[in-house]
Amino acid sequence: MTIHQGRQLTLRQMGIGQTGTVIGILGGRGLIQRLEALGIRPGKKVTKVSSTLFRGPVTLRVDNAQVAVGFGMANRIIVEVG
Amino acid sequence: MRILLVGNPNVGKSVLFSRLTGIRIIASNYPGTTVEFTKGYLKLGEEQAEIIDVPGTYTLEPTSKAEEVAVEMLKEGDLVINVVDATNLERNLNLTLQLLERQIPVIVALNIWDETRHRGINIDVAKLEELLGVAVVPTVGVTGQGIRELVRRLPEAKVPKTSYSGSDERWAKVGSIVSQAQSLSHRHYAWTDVLEDASNHPVGGAFIALVVLFATFWVIRFIAESIIGYVTDPLFEWLWTPLLMKVSLALGSGGFWHSVLIGNLIAGEIDYFQSFGLLSTGFYIPFGAVLPYIVSFYLALGILEDVGYLPRLAVLMDTLMHRLGLHGYAIIPTILGFGCNVPAVMATRILESRRQRFIAATLISIGVPCAALQAMIIGLVGQQGGQYVAMVYGSLFASWVIIGLILNRTVKGFSPELLVEIPPYRLPPWRVIGEKLWLRVSGFIKEALPIVLSTVLVVNILYTLGVFDVIANIAAPIVTGLLGLPKETVVALVIGFLRKDVAMGMLAPLALTAKQVVISSTVLAMFFPCVATFVVLARELQTRDTLKATAIMVAAALIVGSLQNLIL
Repeated sequence: MTIHQGRQLTLRQMGIGQTGTVIGILGGRGLIQRLEALGIRPGKKVTKVSSTLFRGPVTLRVDNAQVAVGFGMANRIIVEVG
Repeated sequence: MRILLVGNPNVGKSVLFSRLTGIRIIASNYPGTTVEFTKGYLKLGEEQAEIIDVPGTYTLEPTSKAEEVAVEMLKEGDLVINVVDATNLERNLNLTLQLLERQIPVIVALNIWDETRHRGINIDVAKLEELLGVAVVPTVGVTGQGIRELVRRLPEAKVPKTSYSGSDERWAKVGSIVSQAQSLSHRHYAWTDVLEDASNHPVGGAFIALVVLFATFWVIRFIAESIIGYVTDPLFEWLWTPLLMKVSLALGSGGFWHSVLIGNLIAGEIDYFQSFGLLSTGFYIPFGAVLPYIVSFYLALGILEDVGYLPRLAVLMDTLMHRLGLHGYAIIPTILGFGCNVPAVMATRILESRRQRFIAATLISIGVPCAALQAMIIGLVGQQGGQYVAMVYGSLFASWVIIGLILNRTVKGFSPELLVEIPPYRLPPWRVIGEKLWLRVSGFIKEALPIVLSTVLVVNILYTLGVFDVIANIAAPIVTGLLGLPKETVVALVIGFLRKDVAMGMLAPLALTAKQVVISSTVLAMFFPCVATFVVLARELQTRDTLKATAIMVAAALIVGSLQNLIL
């Protein structure tokens, strides 16, 4: 069992430019599969690239790709920083 | 032999496809669905191989309609060229491993190879080949580098013995392959990165979007009007008109054939909007009025698409679209609707839920005028003054938003959230833009011209038979009472069912005031979809929903027209 040292945040709570490791996705198989297909899965390092005004999508970078994730989904991706 | 090009979205499959195939490229729909794939041919020695550009897919455990189609198509392929984005090796290899499990010969095209260098990515191709067990060919679709080698090595495609028990094991294997075959070094900052950062900034991004949108409108208008001013109008005036006048005289300036071919002479001359003959109006509308706008719109759209801007626009529009029951990506079928509603409605297939598809398709049919209709609006309403054109567009946009808000509250079902990859900005090769443009323009001519000509013919027949008078009298209370238009205007609405551009042309001889022109254009745009759109709507939405959508359109058109009559 991994002991998490750093702070746990949702993707939405992350700061712009911050990097963290995905540790969990609060959702069912469908959501997990959709995110996994795009490379967002536990253990991956992601960087928050931007957010949009008025509760819009969050853009993050995983490896060399940028992915835009809807606001609600961004609340369900748990990331460990630091 | 059937070769399938399979890979993630945005890896450059289409560019590779256009390099591999000859001139005979056919854009088709996969039977049973309407997710697009493209088919072409490649000469392999003695044989002609069929090449199919399969819709982009991230995984063979489908998470979307496009992916389901791709999985189906795999069953009918003889060989797979797996196009891999060399700058995103890990995620792409997940699909590669899934393909290898399928017992179909695979060869990997390691595309976007040129970008690996300045991104600081180093891939040991030989090692990758060894680890995967299949041939790997670095390619640069944009320049054509590596294509010849890819074709030469096609016979090497094989089925290695692989199987992985689950997705976790597969990802672990991918990780292992990547760590052995790829190493990362310093990444150079490019000007496209500056642009990316600017686009990602919340306020900067919105600003850029506004600039891009205004620039796009301006460019489309400029190019179209230039084509009209320097090419088509001179051609019609100096070549076609004298020719038609000769034909007119030869036919005795009157009679049956004259009516059919030339139409009515207005003050002894041919008026391309009013004469309504097959050779006069029937040719002028598609070639003189609409084609310039088709060319310029699809050129602009093709560039926006291939540069990779549209997904960013989707992100910016997402919040607004949620109010309408959609998400940001629905902006793409909507923008397509400004060219033609038919591919736009078909494109709503990319939306995940039935509710979204219904709302998007309905809103497109109501509020998005196609290029043909727009060309005629700009041509005819524009004669009264630019502000009237603005009123028409403004009314359509307001209707689109308001009806969207209403549909969001009333239509049952769920609307999932936006989840989309944002590709890096790339300068598209002219070759790809040119081919796409050619496909779309020639498609327009092939499909629209026959319908326009038939419609002009039908108009003449109905006119002669007096059918229009009957209809006009029946509809008079609504048309004149509610909308404030002369009762003959209903004729244009009826013809609108066939072609909206020809229908606009029927407004020309009615001597309408500026306000009436605005009302009739808006109502025509919203009223009932043209037959082509109606057929596609019926196919996408099924009967009941199509009837619902149509009822909404008719009601909305009359309500908006009445309001315009009151307010303007």
